[in-house]
Amino acid sequence: MADYLPHTPEEVAEMLAFLGMSTLEDLFAHIPSAVRLAGGLDMPAGRSEPDVAAQFAAYASANVATSQKLLCFAGGGAYDHEVPAVVKALAGRSEFVTAYTPYQPEVAQGVLQAIYEYQTLVARLSGLAIPNASLYDAATGLVEALNMAHGANGRSKMVISAGVHPHWRAVAATFARGTGHEIVIAPLRDGLTDWSGVDASGAAAIVAAYPNYLGIVEDLSAAKALAVAHDALFVVGADPVAAGVLRTAGQWGADVFVGEGQPFGTALSFGGPYLGLFACSQDQVRRLPGRIVGETVDAEGRRAFVTTLRAREQDIRREKATSNVCTNQTLMAVTAAIQLGWLGTSGLREVATRCALGAHYLYDELLGVSGVRALSAEPFFREFAVQVPVDASEVILAMAEEGVLAGLAVSELTGGADPSLEGDPSRVLLVSVTERRTREEIDHYVNVMRKVVHS
Amino acid sequence: MGRESEPTLFELSVAGRSAFQLRTTGVPTRSLEELIPAQHLSDDVVDVAEVSERDLVAHFTRLSHRQFSVDLGMYPLGSCTMKYNPKFCDAVAGDPALNGVHPGAPAALIQGWLEILVTLEERLCEITGMSAVTLQPSAGAAGELTGLLMMRAYHESRGDVRRRVLIPDSAHGTNPASVTLGGYDVTTVPSNERGLVDLAALKAALGPDVAGIMLTNPNTVGLFEEQITEIAAAVHDVGGLLYYDGANLNAIVGVVRPGDMGFDIVHMNLHKTFATPHGGGGPGAGPVAVAAHLAAFLPGPKAARVEGHFDWVTPEHSIGRVHGWHGNAMVLARALAYIEVHGGDGLTRVAQHAVLNANWLRHRLRDLLPAAYDRVNMHECTLSAVALKQAYGVRGLDVAKGLLEEGFHAPTVYFPLIVDEALMFEPTETESLQTLEALAEAIERIVERAKTDPEALRHAPKTTPVSRVDEALAARRLRPTADASA
Repeated sequence: MADYLPHTPEEVAEMLAFLGMSTLEDLFAHIPSAVRLAGGLDMPAGRSEPDVAAQFAAYASANVATSQKLLCFAGGGAYDHEVPAVVKALAGRSEFVTAYTPYQPEVAQGVLQAIYEYQTLVARLSGLAIPNASLYDAATGLVEALNMAHGANGRSKMVISAGVHPHWRAVAATFARGTGHEIVIAPLRDGLTDWSGVDASGAAAIVAAYPNYLGIVEDLSAAKALAVAHDALFVVGADPVAAGVLRTAGQWGADVFVGEGQPFGTALSFGGPYLGLFACSQDQVRRLPGRIVGETVDAEGRRAFVTTLRAREQDIRREKATSNVCTNQTLMAVTAAIQLGWLGTSGLREVATRCALGAHYLYDELLGVSGVRALSAEPFFREFAVQVPVDASEVILAMAEEGVLAGLAVSELTGGADPSLEGDPSRVLLVSVTERRTREEIDHYVNVMRKVVHS
Repeated sequence: MGRESEPTLFELSVAGRSAFQLRTTGVPTRSLEELIPAQHLSDDVVDVAEVSERDLVAHFTRLSHRQFSVDLGMYPLGSCTMKYNPKFCDAVAGDPALNGVHPGAPAALIQGWLEILVTLEERLCEITGMSAVTLQPSAGAAGELTGLLMMRAYHESRGDVRRRVLIPDSAHGTNPASVTLGGYDVTTVPSNERGLVDLAALKAALGPDVAGIMLTNPNTVGLFEEQITEIAAAVHDVGGLLYYDGANLNAIVGVVRPGDMGFDIVHMNLHKTFATPHGGGGPGAGPVAVAAHLAAFLPGPKAARVEGHFDWVTPEHSIGRVHGWHGNAMVLARALAYIEVHGGDGLTRVAQHAVLNANWLRHRLRDLLPAAYDRVNMHECTLSAVALKQAYGVRGLDVAKGLLEEGFHAPTVYFPLIVDEALMFEPTETESLQTLEALAEAIERIVERAKTDPEALRHAPKTTPVSRVDEALAARRLRPTADASA
């Protein structure tokens, strides 16, 4: 049995004596005996670290879909990007890992300045002036954006493109149970949002995705025009890696940007912790959710950083706060700043370009496999959807036998029929390529697909 | 800690410098213009920063030297539970066979991860005395809102429209903020002179429109709500539910369980009770456990044992997803490793020693900073600087800043709101008697300074990376980025 308690039995006795007590039980004597737990917790006794390591090694060996065993072509908001040793080493420094929220700025300049640098990068990637210090993930970031829109115009109708990731839409629907927001989904037609199919009158927000979750880059002019016509906030959920080559949310006229920051230095991590990127226009600054760090000076006039505009936050404003968020994902934000620092201006552009090149190379090769068809002819960035001749889930399991994680079954993301797809989603496969995939690996993918769909 | 100020990444940038290295892929090169229509391609390159790897390492290492952390010293922040984070748990989470797993992979290919989730759920149910749990919420506040949405779904399933949620005046700010987002109105219940919920006031506030009450127990003052069974009965009598804010669960693990106290919904902060590192403000994890009558409303999909293997299932009346994927999985894995190393016996000892340390500290400081409620407390003690303020004009904040100069992190100041000049200390079980004594001696020196040189204390700290910062300027002239106009 291991533990991390420092006191010797003699010290425990000394401390109890100081309190006029004789046993540790005396500390709990004031708790009514009726509610006390008799007999202790019914779970295994403590074991040493090596013993527990063996238990976890068994779990690990039962996972097949690891980046070591399978070549990852799955995306859908979680991407297998390069994370170099230098980023792991810096982000793993215990000063960052074991710090608390920087409420005492005199001893938290390290985290505060790193967040300020992160915020600067989020502003540049989003094209919007006011970033925050991070949210949990993109899906909950979207919820915060909707709440911001409600706060801005008092309206409750949220018009969301079906091109927004199905999980993000699902999370928005869950939280709408409490806020009472009405969610209206604009369907996709041939991969593009059909805004004409929805009544946007009285909308609080128009929400578009860039690229959409099927990988397609939609021209957002129509969505922006719709938002302007109805005086609604224009919310864009964008892939931040795309900003390396594509227009930013701000350049499309977004009032609010949300994005998933996992691609910047965070491993696939079985889905979390990830990083909710969030930024808004100057007009919305008083409605910003969560923390924001600002530059100031200390008593000696030296540059210093501090959490600011605190009067919006839950610990001060309580039931009138702009959000209930307290703990966020600071370590992932710091990691993103480090990863982006490593990439630099040219590296970000290079990663975005290589993702696009790899995805298009695979797409072209894959369409040469008979039975595999494009879902849409619209342009895409780093991932794409194809129709396969059998159930996509079966394709994924069969290709895993050959060392390939072929992608995601769209029906698993949507949970069945969905306004993003005209028809049965069960044979739709979503495929992604990152800068880590070589031509040889992509060719292997194509060969395995050919074998699987023709067997 | 580093006193030299550090330029920003952008100030270190030199055009043309770079650090990145990528795989040689052999993928045929084409121009982006061939692949993506021109209206999408940006004319402006997003400017990141251009630094060498050596610059990058020096920059973030120097920043890290300007940062206090648990690994560096004691962090007696009340309510925040800044205990030592075992390195073993980080190592477990660092296994690429765990952190290299894509969250969208089919269940058949991630059996190990599903077993981790199911095992953690079983442990958390036993610890809380509840029937079922969701691991999706990313932090305590997310757990609160998830719990409130389940409370709402439960009442609605019974055709029962309810409007209000009761919250003690000592509650964390996340409670009322979450209640609003859950679509309920807040009714605040006052505390009595013993720092506990005023039972008579609670009963007066109850009615058929009350959906439930959110309670922290031990409460935010660090005291156990001794009338919890009476409170539970009164709330249940009007058809309301009891929500347990698990911010202070670490005080009672293995001693008393929320389920046995009558709670229906419990959130846990794994980054507090189960020692996952706080990461400078996150990530956390805020699983929510519920009693049997609420299990059908849990978020989904969730991992489950199904006929000899593991799979995803969605509860019958699930409120839906509350996370983009399955929760903060790497935090969940760390917490399970912590639980398995300790076992039921070890976790109970953790709670006992946390309470021992907090009581020792309160008693040791009794003549320096008297407790707001001077009796046996749980894992934290709420002291007050009101006497120092009256005698010398030295406030709680000044004491906190003085501690920074002494090499300790400050306690939580000015919370809970019901205590004047509150200083809330949570020493945690991982600090030694020698460290506690050193903290007490530091406070002795600060109290002495309050008497002899209060002016200096009001300007402390001076030895830290920066001295007191101009918070008003930061808000008035907002500069959240390096590009903000001067």
